[in-house]
Amino acid sequence: MTAFSTIRPRGLVAAAAVALGLAAPASAETITAVMHSGLRVLDPVMTTAHITRDNAFMIFDTLTAMNSDFEVTPQMASFEVSDDGLTYTFTLRDGLKWHDGGEVTPADCIASIKRWMVRDGGGQMIADRMESLEATGDKSFALKLKEPFPYTLQAMSKPSGLALFMMPERIASTPADTAITEYIGSGPFKFVPDEFQPGVKVVYEKNEDYVPAEGPQSWFSGAKDVKVDRVEWVTMPDAQTSINALMNGEIDYMEAVPVDLLPLLQGVDTVKTDVLAKLGSVTIGRMNFLYPPFDNPKIRKAALMALSQEDVLTALIGNPEYFQVCGAIFGCGTPLEFADGSETLTSGGDIEGAKALLEEAGYDGTPVVLMQPTDVVTLAAQPVVAAQALRAAGFVVDMQPMDWQTLVTRRASQAKPSEGGWNLFFTNWIVPEVSNPLANIMLNGRGDSAWFGWPNDPEIEGLLGEYASAADLDTQKSVAEKIQAHVMENVNYIHLGQYNSPSAWNAALTGVADAPFPVFWGVGKSAD
Amino acid sequence: MPVYFVRRVLAAIPVMLVVAIFVFLLLRLTPGDPAAIIAGDMATPAQLERIRDALGLNDPLHIQFLTWIGRLLQGDFGTSLISNKPVLELVEDRMWPTIWIALITITLSVIVAVPMGVLAAWRHRTWVDHIVMTFSVLGFSIPVFVIGYLLIKLFAIDLRWVPVQGYKAPSADIGGFAIRAVLPALTLASIYIALIARMTRASLLDVLNEDYVRTARAKGLAERRVLFRHALRNAAVPVMTVIGTGFALLISGVVVTESVFNIPGLGRLTVDSIFARDYPVIQALILLTSGIYVAVNLLIDLSYSLLDPRIRY
Repeated sequence: MTAFSTIRPRGLVAAAAVALGLAAPASAETITAVMHSGLRVLDPVMTTAHITRDNAFMIFDTLTAMNSDFEVTPQMASFEVSDDGLTYTFTLRDGLKWHDGGEVTPADCIASIKRWMVRDGGGQMIADRMESLEATGDKSFALKLKEPFPYTLQAMSKPSGLALFMMPERIASTPADTAITEYIGSGPFKFVPDEFQPGVKVVYEKNEDYVPAEGPQSWFSGAKDVKVDRVEWVTMPDAQTSINALMNGEIDYMEAVPVDLLPLLQGVDTVKTDVLAKLGSVTIGRMNFLYPPFDNPKIRKAALMALSQEDVLTALIGNPEYFQVCGAIFGCGTPLEFADGSETLTSGGDIEGAKALLEEAGYDGTPVVLMQPTDVVTLAAQPVVAAQALRAAGFVVDMQPMDWQTLVTRRASQAKPSEGGWNLFFTNWIVPEVSNPLANIMLNGRGDSAWFGWPNDPEIEGLLGEYASAADLDTQKSVAEKIQAHVMENVNYIHLGQYNSPSAWNAALTGVADAPFPVFWGVGKSAD
Repeated sequence: MPVYFVRRVLAAIPVMLVVAIFVFLLLRLTPGDPAAIIAGDMATPAQLERIRDALGLNDPLHIQFLTWIGRLLQGDFGTSLISNKPVLELVEDRMWPTIWIALITITLSVIVAVPMGVLAAWRHRTWVDHIVMTFSVLGFSIPVFVIGYLLIKLFAIDLRWVPVQGYKAPSADIGGFAIRAVLPALTLASIYIALIARMTRASLLDVLNEDYVRTARAKGLAERRVLFRHALRNAAVPVMTVIGTGFALLISGVVVTESVFNIPGLGRLTVDSIFARDYPVIQALILLTSGIYVAVNLLIDLSYSLLDPRIRY
């Protein structure tokens, strides 16, 4: 690293600085991390923002958890499912305490589950089938369903979207559309409210009373063994500043290093880099089904044919080491990895085929209003590449630049594209969020109550119903394959491939683990 | 003078009210919705609507405005829609880093720039003048983030004399505060030194050509006495204006410097709040910065009469 070769501290000024402890790294018991964004919203039921979820995993624990094999494992509670698939009995393990010293009771968990059910899609599916949710003992409670719903435990254990966290009853009794104001969990870290500065800094202390669950640590399951006294998340809006601070030992961990800046860190002895979220993220395009031209399935298909995953990913990530052309809508590397119907996307697009299909569909030149967010690095490239491909295929594209916040408001509008509505936008998800047909919100085909774009698609609703009632993995896989084929043919959304974000950390850290998003349990810091 | 002071303070009230109305309407007319930030990617239109209801964003504009003004008159700036924290608490947390950096920057700038400007005017059209002017042009021309990165590269990464980034409150750790304030203050001072030096030079050159200076020189007064007793005091009026408005500018918007040095100040809070459409925070910040501008302008005006006895209120 010639550009950042260091001249060692010397002379009086350097000695003075070190004596004052000013340029020295943080103490060995504190991990200082720069996360992907600043934390502002703290209630994990109010938002699906990833940083809010990451914060919640520090403070709160989950009843059950998903491991790296996508298996549901006991976390705060063990579970049993009755033979008829109607009763789920949870038994809390011994020694569970809230951060304020209170014991975790079934009433706390029941209140937490009920609040989550109001907001989460999976929770709503369980609520629709629920007969009762009641305590059955000092340490146990039972969820009874009116009809079998094999997805129940998966929904309760999913790590992303709106994950199900346990809170004391007095906090969990807060209405689901009102934010909680106390952040007391039973998780491995305690939130330090006095040091919280929204968007700037969050501080966690080790929960000395935490009793780790049995079993090896794997994603969000197993032992959550905390090895440091404090973790501090600091927000740094400038990636170059974070990189400089990491090299100088001022921070210990950087969640997302922009791929183009990664070479600055590679080869620095005191820093390690790797992709920790091995499954990575997917980038997708979503159309508006309510208005021309994308109310016509043939025109949607023509747009899909025009697009090339490699072109999009190259513009988005650049370095092929960090992206993967992948035709599977449930993600490559997941149990439901099927790629049926994705051939044009993964082989560079088929502009001629798209032109022919567009003509056959009778496209009349209706402009495609394409929303382009200019302030989000991970979403700025897709619209540009897509617009070029769509124009090449014969579409008239009206690309409208705006900030992401304007986009998220405008995409909720069902107005005509010419009157403030839209036809197409792009977004990204981490793979676990799309890896299951019932968790993948873009597959909802319930018209007005579906996700932005509002497809009315009874066929996919039927397939989702089949998946929900599938009793075993083989049946689930066969239904998932049908869903993959349907999505590619009907173009519920356009899957544009998978990519990874590298992380970087101080070489003094030990136990930095692979997970879809950062976990700080199991991470230690050597004193040297 | 006291009458003038009271009149100016009273005149600020309608100004602030107009600012309040303008900001309130402008924010509501800008596309974007805090409910969408809170609700996240999976929100349905119905969920967004429920959150808007809970936040009062569905109320008619005039009701929202009157509610806000009513609370404001009671000293209640509201609660952040996004973080749910009291706005005053948020602003107070973020105000001090900005104020400290601004004070150090302006102090440093004045200490360096005024002598530079005086020297350049005194040695007009000599190599001293040329050096000062070259420095001044460079200070204006190089973008502030470039200067910031160059200083980081040299002093933080290569020499390791200071940290790359961060802020510590002086009350908690004065040494930590000082060592972290050096680079951002130097970075910002590069612009203000250039600005104040140019203004001092130009203003002093104007004054040096005035009749009373010629008279003073003709009376045989020493050059130093002419410069410091007669010319500089009168030349200070426009310089004070630059210093005052510079301070107000530093308070209201040093976003780039705060980002490069990771200082949790008002600039970053403003930008973050705008992107999040956190209306109460943006409104409070704009009112605060408008108030600072009004106060600084008043102080500048009052300082005129102290510097130039010919000015009377």
